[in-house]
Amino acid sequence: MNQATALDAINKKKKKVSLRKTFWDQRYLMILVLPVVLWMLIFNYIPMLGLVISFKEYNPYLGPLEAFVKSPWVGLANFREAFTDKYFLSSLWNTIYYSILNLVIGFPIPIIFAILLNEITRTRFKKFVQTVSYLPHFISWVFVISFIHELLAVDNGLINEILLRLNLTEKAIPFLATPSYVPSIMVVSQVWKTFGWNSIIYIAAITNIDPTMYEAAIIDGANRFDKIRYITLPSIKPTIVIMLIFAIGGMISPNFGLFEQMYLLSNSMIQDATEIVDTYTYKMGIVLSRYSYATAVGLFRSIVAVILLTGANFSSKKLTGESLF
Amino acid sequence: MLKARNLNRGSIFDIVNLIFMSFVILLTLYPFYYVIISSLNEPIDLLNGPVFFFPRKFSLANYSYVLRDERILKAAFITISRTVVGSISAVIFTAAFAYGVSKQRLLGRKFFIGMALVTMYFSGGLIPSYLLISHGLKLQGKFLVFIIPNLFSAFNAFVMMSFFRGISPEIEESARIDGANDLIIFFRLILPVSMPILATITLFNAVFHWNSWFDALLYGGRKLETLQQYLVKSIQSANVNVKASSFVSTLSVSSTSVRFTTMVITAFPIVVAYPFLQRYFVKGIMIGSLKG
Repeated sequence: MNQATALDAINKKKKKVSLRKTFWDQRYLMILVLPVVLWMLIFNYIPMLGLVISFKEYNPYLGPLEAFVKSPWVGLANFREAFTDKYFLSSLWNTIYYSILNLVIGFPIPIIFAILLNEITRTRFKKFVQTVSYLPHFISWVFVISFIHELLAVDNGLINEILLRLNLTEKAIPFLATPSYVPSIMVVSQVWKTFGWNSIIYIAAITNIDPTMYEAAIIDGANRFDKIRYITLPSIKPTIVIMLIFAIGGMISPNFGLFEQMYLLSNSMIQDATEIVDTYTYKMGIVLSRYSYATAVGLFRSIVAVILLTGANFSSKKLTGESLF
Repeated sequence: MLKARNLNRGSIFDIVNLIFMSFVILLTLYPFYYVIISSLNEPIDLLNGPVFFFPRKFSLANYSYVLRDERILKAAFITISRTVVGSISAVIFTAAFAYGVSKQRLLGRKFFIGMALVTMYFSGGLIPSYLLISHGLKLQGKFLVFIIPNLFSAFNAFVMMSFFRGISPEIEESARIDGANDLIIFFRLILPVSMPILATITLFNAVFHWNSWFDALLYGGRKLETLQQYLVKSIQSANVNVKASSFVSTLSVSSTSVRFTTMVITAFPIVVAYPFLQRYFVKGIMIGSLKG
């Protein structure tokens, strides 16, 4: 008994020594890794801990650390307030509405583009189209929305000029001051900026299809549309399903692109239509300094996003057998 | 007969498809073209109506105005600085972590990888990060606010990690026999060997830095205005009062034409570099799609 504990103690000591020794042997590797670990603790994990303030009433007049510790707990009051605020509810509704629009219109376009691109037989032209289609992904939203401002301007806007010259309208249409145009502007610019980039994954999937399948189909007398319908589409179906789960799951999650669009499009005439959860959070938190409340709104949205993703994943598993997890 | 008909139908489809794709190209490129010709048109003349195909009255007045405007020049300087410093420092910082955790023998390797993985799916969101950076770390209004919070990306780290694992261990072994330690091996050996992947990630970092404006809005203030931020303010002031802000004080240029010119400048480096660096862009695309 005694011997055993003594042996144990020796082993423990040995282990401790060897641990210290390994650490010392790896000191140069640690010099590379530990700064990043510290960085993650500060820039990722402290903000996660900071989510706690959505259950508090953060007092910005105390020092940052003091405010975090000493601000009084308020339970779910911030969440309750959000649900009685009609501006929050309308921003939530807009977010859902725009996300559905983006999904219904924005999701199929890259697939159609990838399939049509695959049908082009001239390799150089195909490469050129592909390259050009990726370009908007690398251009900032600021540029895109600035362009939209010039395109749709009442004075000297390209679209209004064309409409006026063709006598399709008597007076210039104030597109950017009319709330009902916001959804179309949002979808068109979103599609313009993302269709090429989003098609990459489908192009890659199509490239991976075994060419002998097409050859066999031709022998069987299949025409182009048959080949698309019976070979291409079924082959990329798993990819489509996975991307659809991602898209549905990501529908309400923080979408920086949508935030940028809405923030930059917004003006006093259309602000009811451009208000989404992200812009609402920004206004409440940054502009009005209501930190706890804005954090609560953000947290609520993340919870809904997780529910949506799990739901999408579950129903896909049941319906198609494909799933993420 | 049947064969001829099939062929015919095929070629009609081909022609329609070709026309459609040409149309797609036109729609993608015309906005850039439109902005360029508008910026090259005489500024006051542009107020008579938009240009469609060519500048009506060619003039470089906008450019000579913009290139003398101190505010824009300063914004360009800040944008270029943050792009260069930010993208290079981030790639080295991230690579250091990636190299460390690519070694099986590293103590706590699994734990560090797990830590990085969590950051890909969870975050504190806008407000807690804002409070940390501006109130806690007091980075508001300092140039480093563009650099430090963007130093690390878990996704890039994992991409690099898989690349580092593919490097043959013999090179390292021979260096170790010569007495090199891990730091020397990383900087002198691993980084040069990994240039292709590092270049691609640096390029993507650079595009990110060049395009970002929200951190400039949150933390920059007037002192640290970037080009994108300048453009944002320009749109917003145009929103508020179209008529009153139509003319810049000198009367030789209009705010609209200055905006077009600023737009050209903000997109110029990317549009020009794109065809040449396409190889790297496409490589990045492949890395990106691997994950999906």
